[in-house]
Amino acid sequence: MSCIYLWFQGENLMSKRRVVVTGLGAITPVGLDVNDSWANIVAGKSGIAPLTLFDVSDFSVKFGASVKDFDVTTVISKKDAKKMDTFIHYGIAAAKEAIEDSGLEVTDDNAERIGVAIGSGIGGLPGIESGYDSYLSGGPRKISPFFVPSNIINMISGNLSIMYGMKGPNTAIVTACSTGTHCISAAGRMIQYGDADVMIAGGAEMATSKTGLGGFAAARALSTRNDDPAAASRPWDKDRDGFVLGDGAGVIVLEEYEHAVKRGATIYAELIGSGMSSDAYHMTSPSAGGEGAARCMKNAMKDAQINAEDIDYINAHGTSTPAGDLAETMAIKAAMGDSAHNVAISSTKSMIGHLLGAAGGVEAVFSILAIRDQVAPPTINLDNPDEGCDLDYVPNTARKMPINITMSNSFGFGGTNGTVIFKKLV
Amino acid sequence: MSDIEARVKEIVVEQLGVNADEVTADASFIDDLGADSLDTVELVMALEEAFECEIPDEEAEKITTVKEAVNYINANQA
Repeated sequence: MSCIYLWFQGENLMSKRRVVVTGLGAITPVGLDVNDSWANIVAGKSGIAPLTLFDVSDFSVKFGASVKDFDVTTVISKKDAKKMDTFIHYGIAAAKEAIEDSGLEVTDDNAERIGVAIGSGIGGLPGIESGYDSYLSGGPRKISPFFVPSNIINMISGNLSIMYGMKGPNTAIVTACSTGTHCISAAGRMIQYGDADVMIAGGAEMATSKTGLGGFAAARALSTRNDDPAAASRPWDKDRDGFVLGDGAGVIVLEEYEHAVKRGATIYAELIGSGMSSDAYHMTSPSAGGEGAARCMKNAMKDAQINAEDIDYINAHGTSTPAGDLAETMAIKAAMGDSAHNVAISSTKSMIGHLLGAAGGVEAVFSILAIRDQVAPPTINLDNPDEGCDLDYVPNTARKMPINITMSNSFGFGGTNGTVIFKKLV
Repeated sequence: MSDIEARVKEIVVEQLGVNADEVTADASFIDDLGADSLDTVELVMALEEAFECEIPDEEAEKITTVKEAVNYINANQA
């Protein structure tokens, strides 16, 4: 009996391995790296504009948030780049930046302890379209041997592990718009559990293609504010009418605390908790009152062993859809009680649109930088908060403020929810 | 150098991302020019496209150098 008692007690008391953030990488509609992206986010600049990648004249939505002026050969050789669809280019660009930022060197000694978990919500949609075009025009013999490996979602992780010789976990979680957040939280768990000492984690997306734009437009998920794209993403505003499709990638380097300290790495923040939940309600609509999202945030706070009042800033999912923004507001109230009215909340999607599977990656980067710079980025275009949307959304102008703990939310089609919590290292 | 050979070399340079001076008549796509098995499949597809011909799989497997590609095209082009 005493043995069993001690075993349970031992498990309860077993301290988790701590997970810290030592590198950041991002490529977004407002910048090709972390510094430019973050500077523009804090300045409240929009990266949303008419789409020029293909003829959009027949589409009900004619704008989006593209990555501009990116030359893939600055990060991948032309020969290799040809074998990867654009979402992989973005994922690798962000990952390379994060790895370089961390100063991590992959060696024979540590390679098996370093892994990758970078996902995508949709993957190589443009590549699937062009591959199918080849089939339609030339038959099966015209399908490229690279059709499959250039478009499948786990090939950011796959290619990155090959490029750097990282021999630890090699995975890619796919949960629609929660992808990036779930990849980060799972990677953190892998380090806690002991599967790896370092994980490169995040998400990437490039789905502003004909069927991507057309598909989301058909689902009536997108804003149709074609006459003023920069004002189209307006979370919590009463004139919001849907989200804006965006491209890019956000990747962070997660590292076991002692490992990071030992090599003298710069530590941005600690990943202190993460949570997940399912709405079990509808394919695309949030559950009533944001019930699923509220449970997700509660799970994350419980994992982090913090109280609601400890949270200073929330990077909200905040996509600018009529149902989603209200549900998230209700969820924050349900999860945080009275503290909901004291926390600064913003949606950086007001500037870069919704990066789907990359959203959680990019927004983790912003949530971490909010701690580093002690500034909450703004929600732009929030001119008239809608009825029921009565929290502090940091409207239109960034706010310098003390930020110790930040929370980042992601909610995806299929009712899949993810939350991560970062804390300033003291 | 024949027109066909020049065109084949151009395609090899483009497909395999190698320098033109490496692409000699006898250079092996795999052993000398860094191609893998998928690269060679795509290379043959590019040759089919450029020379408007169809190279059966069993013939494609025998094309491992520029010279072999040129010979095949010379022998089979209409």
